[in-house]
Amino acid sequence: MSCWNSKIEMMPRDELNKVQLKYLQAFAHKLYDQSHFYRARMVEAGVTPGDIVKLEDAAKLPFMVKKDLREIEQARLFMVSNNELVRYHASSGTTGRPTIVGYTQHDIDQWCESVARGLMSAGIGQQDIIQISYTYGLFTGGLGLHYGAERIGATVVPASTGNTERQIDLVKTLGVTAMACTPSYMMYLGETAQRMGVSIKNETKLKIGILGAEPWSEGMRERMQEWLGIRAINIYGTSELSGPLWCECSEQAGMHVWSDLTLAEIVDPETGERLGPGEKGELVITMLQKEALPIIRYRTGDITTLDEERCACGRTHPRIGRITGRVDDMLIIRGINVFPSQVEYSLMTNPEVGNEFQIIVERSGALDDMTVKVELKQEAFTDNMAGIEKVRARVEHKLRSTLNIHANVELVEPGSLPRFEGKAKRVIDKRKL
Amino acid sequence: MASSKDKYRIKQLSIFSENRPGRLMDIAKAMKEAKINILGFTIAEGMGYGVVRALVDQPEKAYEKLIKEGFIVRYTDVLAVRMEDAPGGLYDLTTVLKAAGINIEYAYGYSMPPGAVLIVKVEQVEQGIDTLQKSGRELLDISHFK
Repeated sequence: MSCWNSKIEMMPRDELNKVQLKYLQAFAHKLYDQSHFYRARMVEAGVTPGDIVKLEDAAKLPFMVKKDLREIEQARLFMVSNNELVRYHASSGTTGRPTIVGYTQHDIDQWCESVARGLMSAGIGQQDIIQISYTYGLFTGGLGLHYGAERIGATVVPASTGNTERQIDLVKTLGVTAMACTPSYMMYLGETAQRMGVSIKNETKLKIGILGAEPWSEGMRERMQEWLGIRAINIYGTSELSGPLWCECSEQAGMHVWSDLTLAEIVDPETGERLGPGEKGELVITMLQKEALPIIRYRTGDITTLDEERCACGRTHPRIGRITGRVDDMLIIRGINVFPSQVEYSLMTNPEVGNEFQIIVERSGALDDMTVKVELKQEAFTDNMAGIEKVRARVEHKLRSTLNIHANVELVEPGSLPRFEGKAKRVIDKRKL
Repeated sequence: MASSKDKYRIKQLSIFSENRPGRLMDIAKAMKEAKINILGFTIAEGMGYGVVRALVDQPEKAYEKLIKEGFIVRYTDVLAVRMEDAPGGLYDLTTVLKAAGINIEYAYGYSMPPGAVLIVKVEQVEQGIDTLQKSGRELLDISHFK
């Protein structure tokens, strides 16, 4: 079995803990000394860097939430000047405003390092040809996997998303051995190949799938492995933390979170209290070496468990389990995060429609399908079908530009959508994973 | 000021309706309860919704009832042209409109023995009335729809 960085990946746990503590202390000092924002947060929480004497003391540090990244002026969060920034990525915020993430060269290098270790642990190496079918662009999936795969010397096919038939041709003609994409796209690719009369299992060299950016299940993994003849590897990361960061090794028993780069905790989503190994709770991440946009005890909103036991592969770094849910109402549609609040924000810019809406998510074939129902206002109704269609298409177009994915818009009669007295339940998720 | 031609503007009801089972039934039920007679109607179908267009004997009463029931309704002026109920009747009529450059947005017909009636929605209502009258067509006025 190959290791990208065996010295650190196989480091005995107690030694690794020391390394991690050293990074954590340095990080806390740096934030306290150099950032008004983090210093104020720490003062508010009644903690100083000197209070961090053992790893468990991380729990004294204040949390960060997604809202912080949106509402606080970037100038106050970013800790480097434009000269040191080398890249931006963006993800959907909880409203129409995107969350912008910046990177220094060192940030990019660390991100690549994390992905490189993961890919190699999953069985990918220099001899492999990996097709990256995550979106390239502001979304971190495409470029994140791209540079990580290049780092280990694999041959990258930067296919991005779309044009599935051509993707299958590429897999066949180039002899692609690994695919990185969302699990639903992997299934869709299999279905499309079947329609084209191509058996992924018997007529291609594909043997590994690096699959993430959306929730999926063990059942889906088993089906996919059997049907497509691949090893389906789970990968996790979010743009706020950098992008895709950790994946399973070939043991497929949780995703290794590299302790020299990251401190992972599981907390009770209600109380914020830290939970023990194996207990299910919200994943909280500190990126120990990030420069441009420091992330400290960031509440990811994802529900999972943490396993501190040494992995059968020999790696000592803790592993997070499959993400089993969300603490908030965030939806993941075709790999893209969607908050109902974003939908609301976009709909409100259309004077022709009302305030109530409903989101219906279904899986048609292997892909997610999202429909937004919104009420047409009496005064916007015209007898002219083209006029109504124009309104519908405009609402749809605006949603697309806010969400970055297509959602079907259906106009319904005023008063026909459910009203809520308490917390609104606007999402109907019919997907069965 | 009301023009003498205004009597030819027939008040059609246009009703926004979601495309789901029972919606037309709901409209019909409202009409029945208000003792409204539906003289003619058509349904146009969009993406997940439709527009029901209906000619009724008491448009104001029907309008009020539908609004009360929560429908989106509006009046649309249409023309009612008597046609010969024989082959070529529609062709002759549309030829006249085309010659005058009048675009038909939509149309539907119904039978009014001994002839037939074509309900047309045109963009230029005034010009439509003029053109059809000059060509010798008989336009029905609102008194026929009461």
